[in-house]
Amino acid sequence: MSAVLALTAVGLALVFGVMRVVNVAHGEFFMLGAVAAWFVTTWIPGPPAVGFIAALVLCPLLVASVAALADTLVLKRLNYDPDATIVATIGLLYILQQAALSLYGPDARPVEAPFTLRVQFPWFGYSGYKLAVIAAAAVILAGVWLLLARTKIGLVMRATQIDRETARAFGINVDRVYAGVFALGAGLAAVAAVLIVPIQQAHYLMGHDPLLLSFIVVIIGGLGSLRGTLVAALLIGLSDGVISVFFSPTLAKILATLFVALVLVFRPQGLMGRRAA
Amino acid sequence: MTGTATKVWALHLGVLAALLAAQFVLPAYHAGNLARIMVLAVYAMGFNIAFGYTGLLSLGHALFFGAGLYGMGMLVALAGWGAGAALVAGIAAGGAMALAVGLLALRTAGVSFMIVTLMFAQAGYLTILYYTPYTRGEEGIVIDRAARVLLGFDLSQDIIRYFAAFALFAAALLVKLALVRSPFGRVMVAMRENEERSRMLGYDPFRIKLAALVVSGIYAGAAGAAYGLLFGYVGASFASIQYSILPLLYVLLGGAGTVLGPFLGAVLMFYLIDLASGITTAHLLVVGVALLVLVLFAPKGILGALRDRGLKWLP
Amino acid sequence: MTSRLIGLTPSRRTVLGGLAASGAALALPARFASAQSAAPIKLGFQLHRTGIGAAYGRWYERTAQAALTLVNEAGGINGRPVEILFEDDGTDPKRGAEVMEKFASQSNCDAVFGALFSHVVVGTAPRAGELKMPYLVCSEGHHVASGKMNRWTLQPGITDVKSQVQAMAPWISSTLGKKVTMIFPDYAFGHDHRDAFVPAIQAAGGEVIEQIAIPPTETSFTRYLPRIPSDTEVIYHVMVGPAVLTFVKELGEFYGSGDRPQIFGFIDSLEAVNIASPGLEFLEGTHFWEGHCRYLQEDAGEHEATYRAAVGVDDTGASLADAKDVSTYAHMFSVWETLFILKAGMEAAGYQGPADRQKLVEAIEAMTDMPYGIEHPQGAKTFNGKTHQVFGLQYISKVEGGKLVKVHTTSPEDGMYPDEADYTSMSF
Repeated sequence: MSAVLALTAVGLALVFGVMRVVNVAHGEFFMLGAVAAWFVTTWIPGPPAVGFIAALVLCPLLVASVAALADTLVLKRLNYDPDATIVATIGLLYILQQAALSLYGPDARPVEAPFTLRVQFPWFGYSGYKLAVIAAAAVILAGVWLLLARTKIGLVMRATQIDRETARAFGINVDRVYAGVFALGAGLAAVAAVLIVPIQQAHYLMGHDPLLLSFIVVIIGGLGSLRGTLVAALLIGLSDGVISVFFSPTLAKILATLFVALVLVFRPQGLMGRRAA
Repeated sequence: MTGTATKVWALHLGVLAALLAAQFVLPAYHAGNLARIMVLAVYAMGFNIAFGYTGLLSLGHALFFGAGLYGMGMLVALAGWGAGAALVAGIAAGGAMALAVGLLALRTAGVSFMIVTLMFAQAGYLTILYYTPYTRGEEGIVIDRAARVLLGFDLSQDIIRYFAAFALFAAALLVKLALVRSPFGRVMVAMRENEERSRMLGYDPFRIKLAALVVSGIYAGAAGAAYGLLFGYVGASFASIQYSILPLLYVLLGGAGTVLGPFLGAVLMFYLIDLASGITTAHLLVVGVALLVLVLFAPKGILGALRDRGLKWLP
Repeated sequence: MTSRLIGLTPSRRTVLGGLAASGAALALPARFASAQSAAPIKLGFQLHRTGIGAAYGRWYERTAQAALTLVNEAGGINGRPVEILFEDDGTDPKRGAEVMEKFASQSNCDAVFGALFSHVVVGTAPRAGELKMPYLVCSEGHHVASGKMNRWTLQPGITDVKSQVQAMAPWISSTLGKKVTMIFPDYAFGHDHRDAFVPAIQAAGGEVIEQIAIPPTETSFTRYLPRIPSDTEVIYHVMVGPAVLTFVKELGEFYGSGDRPQIFGFIDSLEAVNIASPGLEFLEGTHFWEGHCRYLQEDAGEHEATYRAAVGVDDTGASLADAKDVSTYAHMFSVWETLFILKAGMEAAGYQGPADRQKLVEAIEAMTDMPYGIEHPQGAKTFNGKTHQVFGLQYISKVEGGKLVKVHTTSPEDGMYPDEADYTSMSF
């Protein structure tokens, strides 16, 4: 769970870090990825693995292009004003939800996993697919990190993040960078969704939970800090689980939530962030 | 300046007079809607004091609304309190909750503040569910009709409900108007515009922000408690994240940092959903598109846009 | 026109249904001629079109349309044609109350029905009482029979959860096992299950050895499953919402193909979901409560085929138009039956218009036996006018070869409990 959370959160962290934009519709991009995965796997014949791989390639591209379109048509015109983008992304959220409800329907629908392997531990069983998801998420995250740290694209992004005006002066097309980052962030959410949909099923309201969680993860981890986001994703996934051993599950959720809030209060820069938020 | 003051008071008293008259003019359905909208507008006004004037963007105001709703509701349902005492308790609960959250959350700023308030509100929501044996969780409880009598007035009667909502709204509006025009109100705005400079001028930003947040919490608590008493239902969905976003939407639609903006936003949003669901089954789409259009063409909200285009005196 | 009126909106399905209805009206003017007023009777329908109830809402709308067509073909109510106004409540209690106001004050409906989710019902009921509007809910919640609603709120179309759960206990204890672990969502609906089942299973000679309450915000359940005691004989699960499939899959992963306890669940978990979905193979051999059997049973009653054809459902419980579109079959009969109860109530009360709403409530309160028939395709029921709650038969089905096969029908006494309220002593 943590692995998928990390993927979604990194997408949000990118958008957040580079563009300074709160994307309330991020969870809907996640949902869109999952729903698209259901369509792709249903339409493509053959063994489930083929459809799944197709979904893994096509869905993020589709979602990324929707995001890029939204960025160009709406967010750019708002000049990324923080308040206005919140309203705009709430509007986007409604539109995407309605689109999913009208075209896909209100039911939760499962997607077949590309393989079913059950790892049997002495005391209980665990799904082999889940382990594969963790591995896949790790690979993708490494890829994102390489992209940011080692390539020219990453350099341009970081430059834009630090100082938009200077970057523009150096001939960087800031608009293109923003559209690209927004699309990349949404694409990552979609990848996470495709990976999780054999475990969780696609549903038109599923964007809500990952949105909240990834918000938390991003902040706890420190804005724009990929490493922090990863650690935070693990921490939150685990802390919830550990506390629930000792208390009733709902009480555990309450305590975990308060814990996260208090971390923020007393360490506002996040766990790994280098500067104050 | 006096000319401005006259215009300001004339406008707001005019709005109140129109609302008072509306009860006698409007068909029952719309009068009922307006009663509900006025209560929600009080909630949004509270949000506006924190967000629009002081620059504190909270995503956890449902906690304060919920504190008012449950502070009132639990006392009536479990302890058998009368409506008046419970209403006061609900308002106090909203303020106390805001004080507690503020003491912690105001150590942070900006996005962190958003998330911390969001987290506290989520914890509050889960707490309501945790105590399901008392609160009936998401299903909620009905406030007995016999208990919904305030100063001898039966709040379940349409006309009395309307005037109760109006009284609350009018009080909230006038207090807010006086507040934002007072020296303290200017300090709040100064805090929004430039915290450092106000600090150098000798103000304590923490105390000012805390005071603003507590006032905001009192408004939210009052709206919550009133909602429960007027409509007879107390449920966990009112403490959920949607109800934290709702006043934000109202305020941004109507115009952040304007006294009448929250009310205008609440009216617009209500009728947007109501009418859209009559026209098409895909009404969420209509609402979404309307929001996008509004934000593209009036990013400061409707009253914000008006203020930019000439009505500079609009408070 | 701010409400959706059947036959006046561009949805093709609605237009066809409406045309059929008005066609019948035109073709046979004599049918409606006996009425003093030929104006249609207007019924409001609180529809969960969006929000978490949307999967149910879609089928509730279809069922209501089908029942409406039948009622109008047979001459309407008291010789007057019937209209249903559908209004989305977003599965939200605040909007639910607003929709009630719209039906009462703007559309001047004669009665309102259709709501399923408990929080919508509880949020709307106070307004129904204030507006003096008969409010017939289809929610299976215990809130009506518990006495917390009001004189105007009734549940004549479906048995409440307390009775359902209680009726399961004797069979579980005698057939599946005595030591039960309950897994339920940590909110009112789950607590109702716990509060009704724990004493019922004790009375039947069994016991609940562990209760696992899962926070409703949870999307993965793996970490709770190790809390199931190893001497558990029966797992009793009732989960709602889209995370249910995850729950079942993870339960499957947890136990694998090895030994597992008996498993008993409420079909609420899997309404609108195909039992043969990938990942659900694990359910083979497990048992479910069903309000109304989704798969056509060999011993089905004589009206079953007519009912299925009318609501557009095939022998496997899926839509005739799209086999992937599985219905909420175990619950949606309540909408159908409620409309026929409205018809019976209005006819018994000699209902003329909104001034007779009180007479309508009194007429329904006076009802007792509701025999099996096309008006009650789920089975015979008994209505308790004092508690405003109906009691009927429950079914237990086993998953065999990817289908639900009925293995037990409860007897009416299994679900009875002492009255907790007397609405007839309350004022209107």
